[in-house]
Amino acid sequence: MEEKVVFKRPALLENVPLHYCPGCTHGIVHRLIAETLEELGVTQENVIGVAPVGCAVFAYDYFTCDMAEAAHGRAPSVATGIKRVHPDKVVFSYQGDGDLASIGMAETVHAAARNENFTVIFINNSIYGMTGGQMAPTTLLGQYSTTSQHGRDPKLNGYPIHVSEMLSQLVGPQYIERVSTHDAAHVLQAKKAIKKAFQYQLEGKGFSMVEVLVACPTNWKMTPDKAVQYIKDEVMKFYPLGVYKDRG
Amino acid sequence: MEKVLMKGNEAIAEAAVRGGCRFFAGYPITPQNEIPEYLSARLPEVGGTFIQSESEVSAINMIYGASAAGCRAMTSSSSPGISLKQEGISYIACGQLPCVIINMVRGGPGLGTIYPGQADYFQAVKGGGHGDYKLLVYTPATVQEAVDITYKAFDMADKYRIPVLILGDGTIGQMMEPVALPEMKDPSTFPKKDWALTGRKDRPKNIVNTLDMNPDKLEAITDRLFDVYEQIRQNDVEYEEYMCDDAETVIVAYGIVSRVAKSAVNEMRARGEKVGLFRPITVSPYPDKAIAALAEKPCVKRFFVSELSKGQMVEDVRLAVNGRKPVEFYGRTGGHVINTEELIEAIEGGKR
Amino acid sequence: MARVIFETDRCKGCGLCVMACPKKIVHINGDVVNAIGYNPAEVTDMSQCIGCAMCATMCPDCVIEVRR
Repeated sequence: MEEKVVFKRPALLENVPLHYCPGCTHGIVHRLIAETLEELGVTQENVIGVAPVGCAVFAYDYFTCDMAEAAHGRAPSVATGIKRVHPDKVVFSYQGDGDLASIGMAETVHAAARNENFTVIFINNSIYGMTGGQMAPTTLLGQYSTTSQHGRDPKLNGYPIHVSEMLSQLVGPQYIERVSTHDAAHVLQAKKAIKKAFQYQLEGKGFSMVEVLVACPTNWKMTPDKAVQYIKDEVMKFYPLGVYKDRG
Repeated sequence: MEKVLMKGNEAIAEAAVRGGCRFFAGYPITPQNEIPEYLSARLPEVGGTFIQSESEVSAINMIYGASAAGCRAMTSSSSPGISLKQEGISYIACGQLPCVIINMVRGGPGLGTIYPGQADYFQAVKGGGHGDYKLLVYTPATVQEAVDITYKAFDMADKYRIPVLILGDGTIGQMMEPVALPEMKDPSTFPKKDWALTGRKDRPKNIVNTLDMNPDKLEAITDRLFDVYEQIRQNDVEYEEYMCDDAETVIVAYGIVSRVAKSAVNEMRARGEKVGLFRPITVSPYPDKAIAALAEKPCVKRFFVSELSKGQMVEDVRLAVNGRKPVEFYGRTGGHVINTEELIEAIEGGKR
Repeated sequence: MARVIFETDRCKGCGLCVMACPKKIVHINGDVVNAIGYNPAEVTDMSQCIGCAMCATMCPDCVIEVRR
């Protein structure tokens, strides 16, 4: 029997090394975006991506399609501009928790409320990665960060924001799911969710967002195996996985 | 050409559509609301997009996206809102994206007033946001001129890949004047933008980006921005000289104040006083060579700058005059618009 | 017969593939330092590989190609 390649780098991903730290699962999510678009028959001429400010700031170097780099938190507005000009293209924004849930919260909520027909890939690693591990709007209670060095204290720092739950209360969004990347089974579930989000966009349904729990071994100060275990034991308790909205 | 009576804001909006604008995003603020109101109805008629955004910050970033996607895009606001847009304007400038921005300036600082002002001059001509960049800035003095400038601004923005700022004021936006509207342009005839995000087909990947960690590359980008600005300085500086040939006093004023100044010149000339008006139309780049040439003329005894601010453009005049002649100043703020008698009194030494 | 091919010089040695392998045949080779300074992952006994691609599914750096 002839040998077949059953798993390889998807064509939408540039064949370049990623700059992410060892064990950071950003790279898995990049690949899932490329894989799912490919499976949906979306080639590089039919997709335009928007990179954030944060660890994924260089995402424009990793996808083979046309890309825009947005100011911090403004990716949903930039994606809105692009999608309205090119309604026939698949448009996605790729944003971290600081970008999406803090400085860009207004842009996120209003793009969702307008039911803009693009897909947001929301990376929740509960920390500011690029700037060196500061407290994020998603940092867990008790979690260490460089600006909550005694652990996040609700009396001082308030409470983390549950973005998927919050956005699901709006009428606008069509599909919102929270998934994780801590093991292969969950990565495959994440892939299904991302594919569904793009499918909804292709069908013209409107706003879709997939919140992906991602490990940040460097800033969590953990080895990669401990980091994925931390997602399973702690992060997922605080941020339950599941479909938060599906208008079908 | 047939003239119609139009409010400044609405005339600008119509001129934008005729100039090929097909994307507008903005947030309500007085005294520019007629621009988004008009476009919310007008743009869909021509297949364009109007979005009332959740904030000025979001609006300017929608412009970033639409312009990156290759569309002629515009936003409008007034002073406090323009401050909010500065982040996005800096990114648009660095990304070498064309767009048109209207600022119907109101009195400030802070929330200020809804009445006219000219105190956003520094912000407009120095760049406005962070980093090294400049905008092409026009200052219309009539509704007709606002129409003509808006119409042309989209071509200039595309030609140089630079944000063009139209620095109006509450008066220009709110007053009604007869205007001749230009022909409707067909966007399909515009030059192709090979850098735009249109879907990568049979060409290398296009990236619209403002980040470069390589100092040589980022410096090259900044150099290019200023090379472009220099080209504009060589080719596109605009101004009007009115009765300057034998003038002893040259009033320098732009926008609404230049119209008051023109009346002052007429009245003073009628009394035999040799007064002229120099009116910059572009204030970035500034017509400094033309002012320097006036300063060289033996008949010119002094310059008199008047603005609705505590003195902003006067600095550019002083730089251009470079000590050759005295430069005096009279300004009002708080939403006051200087009237002719007041200006004449100031020029004649009654007020400072 | 299944096999996996590691682009060893792009491996950052995070070990997520090691945890994912149901056959426990992937390990981090502490005796080798690759071109970017990490101990890379490798397969000890390829004959046991079932080509399930769990390792590749977990690899954040797209280092692994799977054939069968």
